[in-house]
Order: sequence, then C-alpha cells, then structure tokens
Amino acid sequence: MDDLVIARSLFGTTMGFHIIFATLGVGIPLMILCAEILFQKTKDPDYAIMARRWTKGQAVLLGVAIPTGTIAGVQLALLWPGFMEVIGKVMALPFQIEIYAFFVEALFMSIYVYAADRISPKMRIFSVFLVLLGASASAVLITNVHAFEGTPAGFRIENGEIVDTDPWAAFFNPSFFISAAHVAVSAYMTGAFMICTISAFKMLKNRKNERVYSFHKKALMLSLVIGGIFSLLTALNGHESAQMLHEYQPEKLAAAEGLFETQDYAPLAIGGFTDKETQEIKYAIEIPWALSFLAGNSFKTEVIGLNDFPEEYWPPLFIHTLFNGMVLIGSFLIFLSIAGFFWKKILKKPRFPKLFMYAFVIAGPLSLLSIEFGWIFACTGRQPWVIYRVLATKDVVTGSTQIGTLFILFSLIYVILGIAVLLVLKYYFKRHPVENELDLNT
Amino acid sequence: MTTDSLLAITVLWGFVFIYAVMATMDFGAGFWSMIYINKEKTKATNIANRYLSPTWEVTNVFIVAIVIALVSFFPGATFILGTVLLVPGSLILILLALRSGFLVFSHVAKDYVKALTYVSGISGFIIPALLMLVLPITHGGYIEEVNGVHQLRFDVLLTSPNIYAFIGFAISSTLFLSSLLLADYSNVAEEPEAYRVYRRDALITGPISLLMGILIMLTLRVEANWLYVKMLNDLPILIGSVIAYLIAGLALFIPSAKHKKRIGRPRLAVIAITIQYLLASYVYGRAHLPYMIYPDVTIESGFTHPNTFRALFMTYIVGFLILFPGFFYFWKLFMKDKRYLKQNES
Ligand code: HDD
Ligand code: HEM
Ligand code: HEM
Repeated sequence: MDDLVIARSLFGTTMGFHIIFATLGVGIPLMILCAEILFQKTKDPDYAIMARRWTKGQAVLLGVAIPTGTIAGVQLALLWPGFMEVIGKVMALPFQIEIYAFFVEALFMSIYVYAADRISPKMRIFSVFLVLLGASASAVLITNVHAFEGTPAGFRIENGEIVDTDPWAAFFNPSFFISAAHVAVSAYMTGAFMICTISAFKMLKNRKNERVYSFHKKALMLSLVIGGIFSLLTALNGHESAQMLHEYQPEKLAAAEGLFETQDYAPLAIGGFTDKETQEIKYAIEIPWALSFLAGNSFKTEVIGLNDFPEEYWPPLFIHTLFNGMVLIGSFLIFLSIAGFFWKKILKKPRFPKLFMYAFVIAGPLSLLSIEFGWIFACTGRQPWVIYRVLATKDVVTGSTQIGTLFILFSLIYVILGIAVLLVLKYYFKRHPVENELDLNT
Repeated sequence: MTTDSLLAITVLWGFVFIYAVMATMDFGAGFWSMIYINKEKTKATNIANRYLSPTWEVTNVFIVAIVIALVSFFPGATFILGTVLLVPGSLILILLALRSGFLVFSHVAKDYVKALTYVSGISGFIIPALLMLVLPITHGGYIEEVNGVHQLRFDVLLTSPNIYAFIGFAISSTLFLSSLLLADYSNVAEEPEAYRVYRRDALITGPISLLMGILIMLTLRVEANWLYVKMLNDLPILIGSVIAYLIAGLALFIPSAKHKKRIGRPRLAVIAITIQYLLASYVYGRAHLPYMIYPDVTIESGFTHPNTFRALFMTYIVGFLILFPGFFYFWKLFMKDKRYLKQNES
C-alpha cells in the first residue's frame, strides 16, 4: 500500500474511534442537565439518581474521549503537515478558541464530578451547563475546520504563496453554520438514543421489578422526548446540508445520489449500488423529481451530474450507500420516537410491546452508526481534495515512511481502550446496581 | 525578530513552562502513588491520588494548547517538526492515551487499582523522557534531508550523550519537582507521615537532577556549541538560578514556622524551585532564539500570517479574561478547600 493510503487509513481510524466518545461527550451532558433540572423541578429523587449515574458513565467515557482527541489533534500535524501549515496561516482561530472550550469543559467537569457534594444545587446545574457548553463548542469549532475544508474562504494562493489572508472570513466560511448545527444536533440526538438503548434494555430485564422498571421508564420517556426533538432538527438541517452541497460541492451530491447526467426533474435514488460502467444505480428505488426538489426546493432545479466533472475529481461512488444509511436511520429514529411518545402519552398504554422495546434497544447503536456514516461520507466524499479545489490530499501527506507500523500500534491501542472502557463500565454498574440507590431513597 | 513573533514565542514558551510544571506534578504523582501503593501506613499514595484525580484533565488540555499554539503561531515550523516527530510523537501519544485511560479507569474499578496504578506509574516517567527529546532535536544535527524530506537520524540520536543527559534530567527533575510539590501539599493537608516521606524523596532526587543539569551543559558544549556559548552570555542569571536552587534545599532544613517538631518549609522551597526553573529556562529559551529548529527554521521564517496573528492574539486576551474566574474557582475548590484536602477517601 502506498503511504498516502496508510496515512488516510490511520487518520480515519483515529477519527472514527474518537468520534464515538466525542459525540457521547456532547450528547450525554445534555441528558444530565435535563435530569438535574427535572430533579429541581419535580423533586423526584429518581432524576437525581439518573444524573449521578450518567455522570459516572460519562466520566469513564472521557477517559477515552480526551486521549483519543489529543491523538487526533497531534496526528493532524504529524500526518498532514502540509495541511496544518495552511490551517495555521489561515484557519487557526477555531483551533485556538477550541482550547478555551476544552478548558471550560475540563474545569467544570472536574468540579461537577469531584466537588458535587460541596457545591450548591444551583452551582451544580451551572457546572453541568458549562460542561455542555464546552463540549458543544468544541464540536462546533472542530466542525468548522471541516467546513472550511469543504468551502474554503478567506485566502488565495498565488504562485504557491498564501495571500489576502482574512482569518475571520475563513472562520465564517459558507458552510460553517449549517455543518456545525448538523453536528451539534446529531450529537444531542445520539446521546439521547444511547440512554434510550440502556433504559429499554434494563426494562426488558426487569419486567418483574416494578420499582426498577419505573425508574428506567422515566429515563426512557425523557430520552424519547429529547431524541425526538433533535432527530427532527437533524433531518431538517440535513436537508439544508444537502442544499449546501448542491451549491458548493456539486460533485459530492452527484456521487451521493449516483447521478451521472445533469438534469432538471432529477429522480432521487434510494438504496442500490452505483455502477460506474453502465452509469446507473442498480437495484435502487427511484422517486421521480424528488432530487431536484431536495436540492433546490423546486422540481425544475437543475442538478449537475458526475459527467460534467473530470473523472479524476470524482469522489468514490460508494458514498451513495453511506448517505442512504444516514438518511434512513435518521428517518427511522424520528418515526420511532414519535410512535413511542404517541403510544405512551396519547394512547396511554402502560407497557410497550416487545417489538417496540427491541427497536428502542437498537436506537443508540443505530444513531452512532449514522454518525460514522455521516463523517466517512463527508470526509471521503471530499477526496481527492483535503481543501476543496485548493489543496490535494496527496500533496499534504507526511514524507515519513514508517506509517504502517504506527497504524498497527494505534489500532492496537484503540482495541485495548475500547475493550477496557466496556469492561470498566460493566464492572462499575454491576457493582453499583441502581437497586441500591433506589432503596436508599424509599 | 519582530515584536509580533517575539510575543508569539513568549506565549508558546509560557505554555511550555506551565505544562512542564503541571505535567511534572501529574506524571510524578502517578509514579509516587505506584511506589507507595503497598504502604498502608503512610497516606502518601492517597495524597498523590487526591491531587491527581481532578487535575489530569486540565493538565492534558495544556499539551493540546502547546501543539495548537505551535501550529497556529509558527506554521512554518510545523512542517518540519511534524515530519520528524512522527515516530517519537506517536509513541508519546500512545503512552499518554494508555495512561489517561487507565488513570480514569482506576478511580472507578477499585479492584483493579493496583494493575492500573502500575500502568500510570511506569508511563509516568517514560513520557517526560520522550517529551524532553523534542528539545535537543531542535538543536540541530539530528535532522537530515533525503530527497527533499526531512528525516530524524535515529543512529545519531541514540548515540548522543547529550540526548541521554536530557533524558536523565527529564526523569530526575520530574521526580524531584513532584515530590517537592507533594511534600507541600501534604504539609497543607496536615499529613505529617506523608510529608516526611515526600521531603525525603525530594532530598534524594534534588541533587540528582542538579547533576543531570550540569551534565546537559557539559554535553551541550560539545554537541550544540552555538547554544552553549549563547547560554553562557547570561552567566549571571544562570548563577542566580543555582542560588535559587540552594535556597530551596536550605528551606527543607530550617524548622517549620507553625509546627515545632516539623522540619522544613516546603512552600518556600517550592517557590524557590519555581524561580530556579524560570531563570534556567529563560536563559535556555533566550539562547535558542532566533532559531526554532537550528539552522533551518527561525521564529521569523516560520511565523504565521500577521492578520492571523492579530486575530489569534485577540482571542487569547478574551479567552483568558473568561477563563480566569474558572481557574480561580477550581483552585479554591481543590487546592485550598480544607474539606477536600483532608478527606480520607481519595
Ligand atoms: C445521528 C446522526 C445523523 C443523522 C440521523 C443524519 N446525519 Fe447527516 N451527518 C451527520 C450525522 C447525521 C454527521 C456525522 O454529523 C455529519 C458528518 C459531517 C457533518 O458535518 O455532519 C453528517 C453530514 C451530512 C451531510 C454532508 C455534509 C458535508 O459533506 O459537509 C449531508 C448532506 C447530510 N448529513 C444530510 C443528512 C440528511 C438529509 C439526513 C436526514 C435524516 C441526515 N443527514 C441525518
Ligand atoms: C469526527 C469525525 C470524523 C471522522 C469519522 C472522519 C473520518 C475520516 C476518514 C475516514 C478519513 C479518510 C478519508 C479517506 O481515506 O477517504 C478522513 C480524512 C480526513 N479528515 Fe476526517 N473525519 C472526521 C472529522 C474530521 C474533522 C472535524 C476534520 C477537520 C479538522 C477532518 C479532517 C480530515 C483530514 C484533514 C483528512 C485527511 C485527508 C483526507 O483523506 O481527506 N476530519 N476523515
Ligand atoms: C465533530 C467531531 C468532533 C467532536 C464532536 C469532538 C468533540 C470532543 C469532545 C466532547 C471532547 C472532550 C473534551 C474535553 O473533555 O476536554 C474532545 C476531545 C478532544 N478532541 Fe475532539 N471532537 C471532534 C473531532 C476532533 C478532531 C477532528 C480533532 C483533531 C483535530 C479533535 C481534537 C480533540 C482533542 C485534542 C481533544 C482533547 C482535549 C483535551 O485534552 O481535553 N476532535 N473532542
């Protein structure tokens, strides 16, 4: 394998691993905050127990989120020195401001975890709020660098030199708000559905134990409400993201939809595989005119096809599948949370049927899968560019040649950390079952 | 050298200094809690852990802050440094990841605390050794250009006495500074047992780290003479730094002001040692200028775009104004609050 491929694999693996913990690090604090606020409002001690237990879990997850994030940050400079040189000159602001966000999160997470018994309830809520703010801000800011890669702004390259640098114009690049919002709301939704998974699983296991069952049911309902709201926002904003691609990275949208010929009244293809030879999508369901409407809110919108671009600029065609996966999961989860809420609050049924429960159990992993799909789609779909139409990935990769060994070493570390974090979580929650805490309160 | 680039390198240097002190403490505490894990009688392990639990996350942000400051202020240096440091940098990252991960896990999974403590203890002195390598690598002689690609010459690196002096210094001063700080911390926490242990450790590791410092100078003279000569230009400050070191040593022997039976004033020693490190690293840093990587990159040639620098500097000011109250509150809760310092459970 050539070094570029190994470097990309290494970085992609790092990010794919970090993102799991980073996303939960944004989403779970929102759930903790909601539980804390509900506790102050209802005085129902179950919510205080939820907040405490989720915080414990989150503190363990941070033990992986932070070191893998540190790896990601340093690896950017180690693997893509040419990229970071440009970023340092033009797009340093989000990285710099992100540091402050990290500080806010780190300081107040330590305070919330280690000093919880010494600060007032108000201060506790304020601390979790700052943790949430810090985590969300770091997600938004790092996404901004990614947005800049897709829609660069604020500089020109003239004879290999960077000129006309305007760091704030780069910061507020055209896709910043849309991308950042998408990442933030999808993280909130993932945090909620992860809680949904856990509580549904526990409900299935504790059908007989009414006290434990009702504790988890409260958590489930909370997660359905939050998850429902944010999955809806994710989809609405995803629609805007697609329109943004239509405007700024048309070949990415074309590849995502497997569209080869430029046309108006373009159809939307769902499922199937893009065939390069015959220039069509095999085994797909086609919805006539829908793509045009999606891209420009009108059936007449002309959507540019891949054939209008030189083939060397084509993104890999399998991103069609990733895009479909993301959209499908997103739609399913919206449906699931609305249906669950309807069943419980409108029809007022006391228990969910089994099938419903199984769907709740897989909601969290599906949501995480969707995050992975989305990122691989966004990053791989940008290829061959690292900064769209400005800098090719192959021109920025490190000149060192020992990356293969490092790839193996880092992968090994991720496996170790991944297994360890699961074991530690299992160990802790086995040792401290929720029954114990519930008993104390009754 | 323009004022802008000087300002930038000063900020970077400041981060490195703060990280050096905080990380030393962090790594050293991990090491000591491993050493004293079997001694139930002394609270030495507890003390180290109580310090370590809330601070490692904040400390870790500083290493990220250094990398970001380097990349954003001196993108020109990033290219070469990023390329040559791929291997040592990756090793550091792997160890750091293992260490932070297992440190957190050990607080939660109490049954495995021993095994986990060994991971964080052993990495606690390997990481500083590797981190310290970055300094001599910038002194020149270890980097060569092959087909336009900068490469680290591991053969030269592994056979250089100067490198080993730096490694020795990194380890010994990590242990020295951390035992000194822990002595102070346990003194404030009213743990005389632990205080006695850490004071003794400081007295052993202190002279070793001074020796290593001298070894660095001796080997520097041969291997990076340009730096050695320039450092000697500031001889008076260097002498001042040695004096501060002696004051610190002395402070550990004079009787305590508050307690009749206790010997030593650890707070004074900590302050004197901090001054000593400040002076010594000032001399080193000043002699290093204008080079970032000798002789390829100067702070001028690696400097970022002036517009970017101005925008960055603005965020620094705003950022610190916002963060300062947070740091203060944190310090009050964990470093000063008697309820936290004295609690029995870590
Ligand atoms: C729970 C996760 C999740 C869900 C359900 C969705 N997305 Fe998404 N999507 C992401 C998580 C995500 C992400 C991982 O956060 C990405 C990767 C890069 C980015 O900015 O956000 C992303 C990127 C992304 C992009 C590419 C942006 C780019 O290339 O820069 C588009 C066009 C969409 N999404 C559109 C959608 C649509 C139409 C959805 C309909 C339901 C949808 N997403 C659901
Ligand atoms: C957080 C979730 C992310 C995931 C899962 C992810 C995934 C990936 C993957 C799989 C690749 C390899 C692409 C390929 O080989 O086709 C890649 C490349 C890359 N990504 Fe991302 N990425 C993420 C976020 C980001 C962000 C926020 C940035 C901006 C700072 C970024 C910048 C890059 C760069 C510079 C490359 C290397 C060049 C390239 O192959 O495009 N990534 N990423
Ligand atoms: C959209 C994708 C990402 C999200 C949502 C995200 C979010 C997070 C979160 C919540 C943390 C924990 C922060 C803390 O507790 O201090 C974190 C840590 C970190 N992330 Fe990511 N991150 C993403 C991608 C990246 C990328 C691409 C990089 C590299 C450039 C990166 C660099 C870091 C670093 C350096 C840390 C450690 C900070 C520390 O030392 O505390 N992240 N990230």
